Amino acid sequence: MNKKDIIICRCEDVSLEDLHNCLEEGYTTFEDIKRILRIGMGPCQGNTCGLLAQREIAKYLKLPLSQVKVHKVRPLITGVKLKAIVENNKNES
Amino acid sequence: MRELDLVIIGGGPAGLSAAKIAAESGLNSLIIERDYKVGGQLVKQTHMFFGSEKQYAKTRGIDIAKILVNDVLAYPDKVEIMTETTVVGLYKDNVLTLLQKEKYIKIKAKAIIIATGASEKFLAFENNDLPGIYGAGAVQTLMNVHGVLPSEEVVMVGSGNIGLIVSYQLIQAGVKVKAVLEAAPTIGGYKVHASKLKRLGVDILTSTSVKRAEGKDTLEKIIIAKLDKNWDYIPGTEEEIIVDALCISVGLSPLTSLLSMVEADMKFVNYLGGLVPVINHQHETSIKNIFVAGDVCGVEEASSAIVEGYFSGLIVAERLGYKHPNHEELYQDFEAQLENLRSGPFGEKTRLGLKELRGENNAE
Repeated sequence: MNKKDIIICRCEDVSLEDLHNCLEEGYTTFEDIKRILRIGMGPCQGNTCGLLAQREIAKYLKLPLSQVKVHKVRPLITGVKLKAIVENNKNES
Repeated sequence: MRELDLVIIGGGPAGLSAAKIAAESGLNSLIIERDYKVGGQLVKQTHMFFGSEKQYAKTRGIDIAKILVNDVLAYPDKVEIMTETTVVGLYKDNVLTLLQKEKYIKIKAKAIIIATGASEKFLAFENNDLPGIYGAGAVQTLMNVHGVLPSEEVVMVGSGNIGLIVSYQLIQAGVKVKAVLEAAPTIGGYKVHASKLKRLGVDILTSTSVKRAEGKDTLEKIIIAKLDKNWDYIPGTEEEIIVDALCISVGLSPLTSLLSMVEADMKFVNYLGGLVPVINHQHETSIKNIFVAGDVCGVEEASSAIVEGYFSGLIVAERLGYKHPNHEELYQDFEAQLENLRSGPFGEKTRLGLKELRGENNAE
């Protein structure tokens, strides 16, 4: 099995090998891994990779899936141009 | 900032049904839909539904969508619909930020019904990013909404109802379905769907999954293998299938991103598809005046989403002072309908899942 070719996060191009290396280094929470590998920070915001990453963390820590916390989603959910936010603020004030 | 009574996020079966009952009660609502039209996943479901007549059994999904849309269009003064609009932020003071094409908009609502549905689960295997590997729902959209064939041949991974139905629709569209793979030892979906495929000569291979995809620029072939009781591949059972598309249909997970933003209480319940909001009997989350309906609070069929939509619309209308003239009667009716939909062997997962969510059993 070539772990380099198993893609966990398509948005940020993170492979199973990257994820396993990260776990080996001691980063075992979704939030840590998100900050290091950007898993869950791309266009899908973790909808595709979330469960796959969660499963790998659970396997590594030998925990049931239900005990592995996923990341907290923050606004904004998709890319928004700063211009659009500025325009909105102008209209409000 | 515009202030509204009820904002419904998602214009699928749950969202539309909620708006209908709210309108009947006299409550105004705004439906926000990311797609260019409302109807949700029903707009691509060309097959007839099961269930009882109250949820339009024996009607095709696409026709149910039309009925539900017409139901809300009958209240042009009560229901406003914004399409091609994504809710990009939800905040604890019930402020929502929207992106309508390039325009950023802030609104505030007295109550919110989140009816965002679910998204397709994916699988980790070698070369799983090769072009030609699709979600089954994506293929259904390509074929039935846009009239585009995904490939000449296909292998389906997953024998739940979506996998079986999409396989059948692929055959109807002229695509050769070379096999349906199922990791579990038994077929997941209804026997009637599986039998249709078997009659057409499609093999449904149980305890089997995809191990590797291969191809230079796009998918050319897959390697499948048998699985043991622990879901591990059995060495020496590998087989090669030449195919230019692979469809993944291994379940759905609730789209709870907005609930995560407002830090609503959530619980991982496998039977319901994954992480789901903890709700009270009235479908209200741990955040006051934020309600949920449909797959976002547990993956089921469109029929359940419709009834949950009606139910939450009824509850919210009453909360905001617009009690439906037949409130008590409808409340009981919707509850009974949901119970009925969840009875029988195929409702077992939902029954167990809801028990687990409410802390009534100690499963897993």
